[in-house]
Amino acid sequence: MNMKRYFKDARADLLTYAGVIIAFLVISAMKGNGMLNRSQTGLLVPICCYIVMAVSLNLTVGILGDLSLGHAGFMSVGAFSGVITAMGLMNVIPSAPMRLALAMVVGALCAAIVGFLVGIPVLRLNGDYLAIVTLAFGEIIKELITCLIVGVDSKGLHVIFNVNGSKTANDLTLLDGGRIIIKGAQGATGTKTIATFTAGFILIMITLVIVQNLVRSRHGRAIMAVRDNRIAADSVGIPVTKYKMMAFVTSASLAGAAGALFGLNYSNLAAAKFDFNTSILVLVFVVLGGLGNIWGSIIATVILYILPEALRGFSTYRMLIYAIVLIVVMLTTNNPILKNYFASLRSKFGKNSEKEASAS
Amino acid sequence: MKFLAYLVSGISLGSIYAIIALGYTMVYGIAKMLNFAHGDVIMVGGYISFLAATNLGLPALLSVLVAMAFCTVLGILIEGLAYRPLRSAPSLAVLITAIGVSYFLQNAALLIFGANPKAYTPVVSGTLKLFGGQLSISYVSLVTVVCCIVIMLALTAFTGKTRMGKAMRACSEDKGAAQLMGINVNRTISLTFAIGSALAAVAGALLCSFSPTLMPTTGSMPGIKAFTAAVFGGIGSIPGAFIGGILLGVIEALSRAYISTQLSNSIVFAVLIIILLVRPAGLMGKRTQEKV
Repeated sequence: MNMKRYFKDARADLLTYAGVIIAFLVISAMKGNGMLNRSQTGLLVPICCYIVMAVSLNLTVGILGDLSLGHAGFMSVGAFSGVITAMGLMNVIPSAPMRLALAMVVGALCAAIVGFLVGIPVLRLNGDYLAIVTLAFGEIIKELITCLIVGVDSKGLHVIFNVNGSKTANDLTLLDGGRIIIKGAQGATGTKTIATFTAGFILIMITLVIVQNLVRSRHGRAIMAVRDNRIAADSVGIPVTKYKMMAFVTSASLAGAAGALFGLNYSNLAAAKFDFNTSILVLVFVVLGGLGNIWGSIIATVILYILPEALRGFSTYRMLIYAIVLIVVMLTTNNPILKNYFASLRSKFGKNSEKEASAS
Repeated sequence: MKFLAYLVSGISLGSIYAIIALGYTMVYGIAKMLNFAHGDVIMVGGYISFLAATNLGLPALLSVLVAMAFCTVLGILIEGLAYRPLRSAPSLAVLITAIGVSYFLQNAALLIFGANPKAYTPVVSGTLKLFGGQLSISYVSLVTVVCCIVIMLALTAFTGKTRMGKAMRACSEDKGAAQLMGINVNRTISLTFAIGSALAAVAGALLCSFSPTLMPTTGSMPGIKAFTAAVFGGIGSIPGAFIGGILLGVIEALSRAYISTQLSNSIVFAVLIIILLVRPAGLMGKRTQEKV
């Protein structure tokens, strides 16, 4: 690998870290001085979660090259296992940050296990078939969690799997002082919201360290080789399945950690929140940010998450405008005629063009 | 007898999936794209036939024809404005654009028709009683199944026998070569979208007759399931989409009746996954050898 490229990659990575840290410091300062209103501070934790979701999905779609339409499923697994952990250990571990950290670890582990199980059949397929199977798994995970009723009391955790809809939370037979954590279709209710913006920032940093180091490592190059040409990679002795699984499970576990943070940010959260539309939302962030471009994912997430909120003034038209923006952006960035037009504009600005071309 | 009743409702639900899946599979076969907006064209078809029947007082059959005409134009417009400029773009870009179109249609419908569900009057009413009233089959079910079979046969004949159908198959094999043979690829793709959207309108009217609530999100889940059905039967194959749709409907109806209402979608998707593991190209799909 030539040294010049190495330094360029390293510089891009460092700039990404620096950008996130600066953004965190600025927003924290603004928050401290009361420059943000309630609805704006309410957006901070979800934005952090979606940034982690987008960066982790970028690992699957951009770096590994497999289209996944079920990323919200892993988020859901992380969210509910995280909520169960945090609520179940409320009496054992009094410190909220400790519980939050543990919940995120458990969320990541559970999602990794599910990711591994899902990966076994999914990664045997290719292209659109793989996409439709990930979609199917996302829906299956959603419906299974909808059937779950979980409660905790002094004797431990009680779990009911409500297959035909006949059972209610009363069937848990909790002792006095017990708490119901998940109520079937209603999802997690009465969760103590312990998620913080700082935790979100730390999670983003951890995600960036994991993903960027993976991408720049020997494994990462192997994963990209699989993306560029699976057969060629196979023939030079790269174990394709192993590397596909590595990327897929890493991506799932990061989504799980993000899910745990997300779940602990709301006092009520239904499994239906993590449906196909959420997966698509994150995919839109990734594609508009640029496939394989980590910094792009972060920027796209922030802009696209804030855009519908910023358009609240137009209330009824906002989602319509969002849809039009989406179509127009895709058309302008991908149409050959418009692309050439922009390229000719850029070349007029001389030096600028070189920078732009190398960045894209 | 109960089993028969479930089976009949499964087959008629499956016929609706099959009609949607036929549109999906044709578009996929030729344009090689997941047209996520297809489900929303169904919804538009439902609304147009609803409006034609209630506001203009047209008879049911005519209202469906109006909806078909409207959706055909809509399909051609969507293809021309949103998808044609991206013909040479990476498939993910086209996918995101399709999602954008889907959001657009849903939200436009939300603005125009409101979020409240509309009560759709079935295209045909009444039920057929068999075995001394033990088994009742609604006429809607019968019409759906007949429609589905007629459409399937017509499409098979169209793609197999006519010049335009042959052009379609040529485009789906190799667009470059088709163009060299003097086939107008863009017009062929437009025609495919037109046919697919007209089928979506029919499916919309039947779907709303089957479960008579009409909302801006009515089309999205049946759209996804119909796509599953198309993959199930082998995407790009017309008889495959038909068989996939029927099987999907029957599995859904039976698992809803005997196993669990809440998990019926999961069971459908689980069967899809198993089928794809055993036959990676679907039931009727051709397995293509990968060239190095």
